[in-house]
Amino acid sequence: MIRRDLVFEIGRTLIAIALALLLGFVIVLLVSEEPFNAFINFVAGPLTTTRRIGNWIEATIPLIFTGLAVCIAFQAGQFNIGAEGQLFFGAVTATIVALTFQLPMYLHVLVALLGAMVGGAIAGAIPGIMKARWGANELVSSLMLNYVFYRLGLYLINYHYRDSSAGAMVSYRLPETSWLQQFWPPTRVHWGLWVALAAILFSYLFLYRTRWGYALRMTGLNKDFAAYAGISVSAVIIYSQVISGAIAGLAGAADVLGLYRRFQWQQLPGYGFDGIIIAILARNHPLGVPIAALFLAYVRSGASIMSRMSDVSAEMVAIIQGIMILLVTAQAFLAKWRHRSVVREAKKHGLNA
Amino acid sequence: MSMGSLLEMKGITKVYPNGVLANDGVDFSVRKGEIHALVGENGAGKTTLMRVLFGLETPDEGEIYYKGSQLQISSPLQAIRSGIGMVHQHFMLAPSLTVTENIVLGVEPRKGLRFDWDQAVSKVKELAERYNLHVDPRAQIRDIPIGMRQKVEILKALLRGAELLVLDEPTAVLTPQETEELFASLMELKKQGHTMVFISHKLGEVKQITDRISVMRGGRMVGVRNTAEVSEADISRLMVGRDVLLRVNKPPAKPGKKVLEVESLSLFTPEGKALLDGVSFSVREGEILGIAGVEGNGQSELVEILTGLRQAHGGSLRIEGQLCTNAAPGQLRRLGVSHIPEDRMLHGVAVDAAIQENLMADRISKPDYSGKVFLRTKDIESTAKSLVQEFNIVARSPRTPVKMLSGGNIQKVVVAREFSSNPKLVIANQPTRGVDVGAIEFIHRKLVEICRSGVAVLLISADLNEVMSLSDRLLVFYGGRVVAGFSNADAVSEEELGLYMLGIKAQESAQLKEALA
Ligand SMILES: Nc1ncnc2c1ncn2[C@@H]1O[C@H](COP(=O)(O)OP(=O)(O)OP(=O)(O)O)[C@@H](O)[C@H]1O
Ligand SMILES: [Mg+2]
Repeated sequence: MIRRDLVFEIGRTLIAIALALLLGFVIVLLVSEEPFNAFINFVAGPLTTTRRIGNWIEATIPLIFTGLAVCIAFQAGQFNIGAEGQLFFGAVTATIVALTFQLPMYLHVLVALLGAMVGGAIAGAIPGIMKARWGANELVSSLMLNYVFYRLGLYLINYHYRDSSAGAMVSYRLPETSWLQQFWPPTRVHWGLWVALAAILFSYLFLYRTRWGYALRMTGLNKDFAAYAGISVSAVIIYSQVISGAIAGLAGAADVLGLYRRFQWQQLPGYGFDGIIIAILARNHPLGVPIAALFLAYVRSGASIMSRMSDVSAEMVAIIQGIMILLVTAQAFLAKWRHRSVVREAKKHGLNA
Repeated sequence: MSMGSLLEMKGITKVYPNGVLANDGVDFSVRKGEIHALVGENGAGKTTLMRVLFGLETPDEGEIYYKGSQLQISSPLQAIRSGIGMVHQHFMLAPSLTVTENIVLGVEPRKGLRFDWDQAVSKVKELAERYNLHVDPRAQIRDIPIGMRQKVEILKALLRGAELLVLDEPTAVLTPQETEELFASLMELKKQGHTMVFISHKLGEVKQITDRISVMRGGRMVGVRNTAEVSEADISRLMVGRDVLLRVNKPPAKPGKKVLEVESLSLFTPEGKALLDGVSFSVREGEILGIAGVEGNGQSELVEILTGLRQAHGGSLRIEGQLCTNAAPGQLRRLGVSHIPEDRMLHGVAVDAAIQENLMADRISKPDYSGKVFLRTKDIESTAKSLVQEFNIVARSPRTPVKMLSGGNIQKVVVAREFSSNPKLVIANQPTRGVDVGAIEFIHRKLVEICRSGVAVLLISADLNEVMSLSDRLLVFYGGRVVAGFSNADAVSEEELGLYMLGIKAQESAQLKEALA
């Protein structure tokens, strides 16, 4: 039963991807002089060189964190779209911690990661507390806070940690002891990957194997029921936001400590909003997150290769991307097809077989 | 097509996406102008069959003929257009809208482009008048008692021109008075040419009001009878496949020390009207204290306060001598209070969660089920499995989501959890609402059993039969106050209770005091 569901979910996703690719190709046919070249770049581009494979994996790492962060908030029934601000602020606090302390190799990374988690958790806790205390709608407050933490982060970096010798508005370079080491030359794939895998495991175990995760899920499913059963709903709202924020913070740390080695964002990077797409694709399940993140990063990286290597415009690329994501995300897709097989089986086994 | 059939459903088969075969080649026919009962155990497939008729589920096989021609119903809208209306087992009203808005939703009268509120209200009034279904058109749904919500649902269907009206357990939530009122309205509807399908687990009602009976078991139709020709026992035998004990055997009570003590509890509306007005009583170990009363006289509010879902404005509450007025639900549960809530869909379950997760909701952090960090999955599973078995919950497995269960089986999930939590006090609010005769027998037996093992039980029920046959002592609520108390529930007649419930009589305080102690 469960097995069949899983097979079905995977099958339907694969078919959706195939359809999306077909549609993407039709669009490319219409807009490009050299459609085959353009399309091959899109579909296979990310796999053609080791460096490109590396780029794909690098891009996947922060998406895993934000995807998990959004999953946890959504499972608690919190429509939290603040992962963007949380990861941005997490990147800032990681930078500050890395620049402030001088510590031996491994310890320094760990402390910097911890700094990112604390920064993200603070940013996440605020809408949680506002909701639990005053019933403030977390959708609005978390969205607004994205901009607050964006500005606050830029202020901290610009006025206190800015490297004036560098041409751009960036922080000082981080000491090497605080780096997430890159381990697969010539790519920049770094230890953040292992941290991401640990975060997946943590999220899964937390949600499905601990009582706090259980309370969180029940609150998300029916908060009147949770309260009736003796679960403290306001505690759940707050800790779900704190944990979600802490994981989102790691997304920022991964890029700063693993790729750039200094803080150099001028804009919100968009991973937080990608996290929402990933959570939806993964049906809010942590074990689905890495697959969804790999998928999204692949589409993004294929699209960027196509726009660099062919005549398809960047706007067209964005549209194709959007269509693919939309198709794959669609929930009801192919439900009919599956039902026929269920009927056949049920009649074979009789009632409640 | 047989003579005079308004509706013929032929060979209906419905398989739910999870593979449950809920209807298996069901034939069902209804004659014009009759009230036709559809009965069967929990999970027999009654609601499913009616959802197919109403276009909420697509059948996998079978045909529907209505007024002689074949009907392809693929949405409720189409069903409504054909003149079929349905009042659902679990209401589908918007709680924050008014009665009128709910009734006219989708068919609003308009003045130009705007919603014509006055016309809507008068339309609702007129309709209510015509069918003797009295509602307050301006009240918000969330403020009106369940009995009135029921009428709103019926009016909603009638306004849309329903000639065939399906009522899925309409009386499960009603008081005897409300039921009588409803029946009067149904008879009126029948007189005016409407046809009705009436689903109920209360066989007395079925006998009283219907013309014919169709019985389902395990997804199949097992027989159609003329109501006049069968007894209640015959029906339940057809349904369950065995004889059912319709009355409880109750050993005499041996009340021990006081478990629950309620002292001058009061609660007011924001406008200052008293919902509870100085309510005092106590419940001892080993006894069942019943509360009778017409719904909406403070019983629901009392239960909410006793279980921590609502804050009292005055008075005190003690469990085993420990003061716990306005404590949180979790704290009360730790003190041994368990609660079967009135509205199972709102408080009783998380429908998207598995049966086993619902069964564990109150005890998950106990050391039996959770270690320092991780849940003890094996213990959870085995406990859930044995509860599913013990309480006879019909489901594929304990991992099935609750939303895939029939109404009565959802209630059994709630009852199983609340009875198995090792309680000191069980607060049972309408414990057998919507469950079949076999399950009522079972829940009653369990309730008595658990009580006689030394647990205090507070029973609130709109079913007069139920409170009278189960309670050792009995209180009557009227207007937020205790107006009568009987230290021996057997010594009071139904008629006398009725007088107190309607506020026509009230006891002297001396007499009352004796019964409250
Ligand atoms: N949405 C659903 N998905 C899967 N299975 C379902 C769903 N709804 C009902 N079922 C299953 O179909 C069967 C018939 O359910 P149905 O609700 O029709 O029973 P019922 O006769 O109305 O029972 P009750 O008297 O308890 O209301 C049950 O086994 C139930 O578990
Ligand atoms: Mg039903």
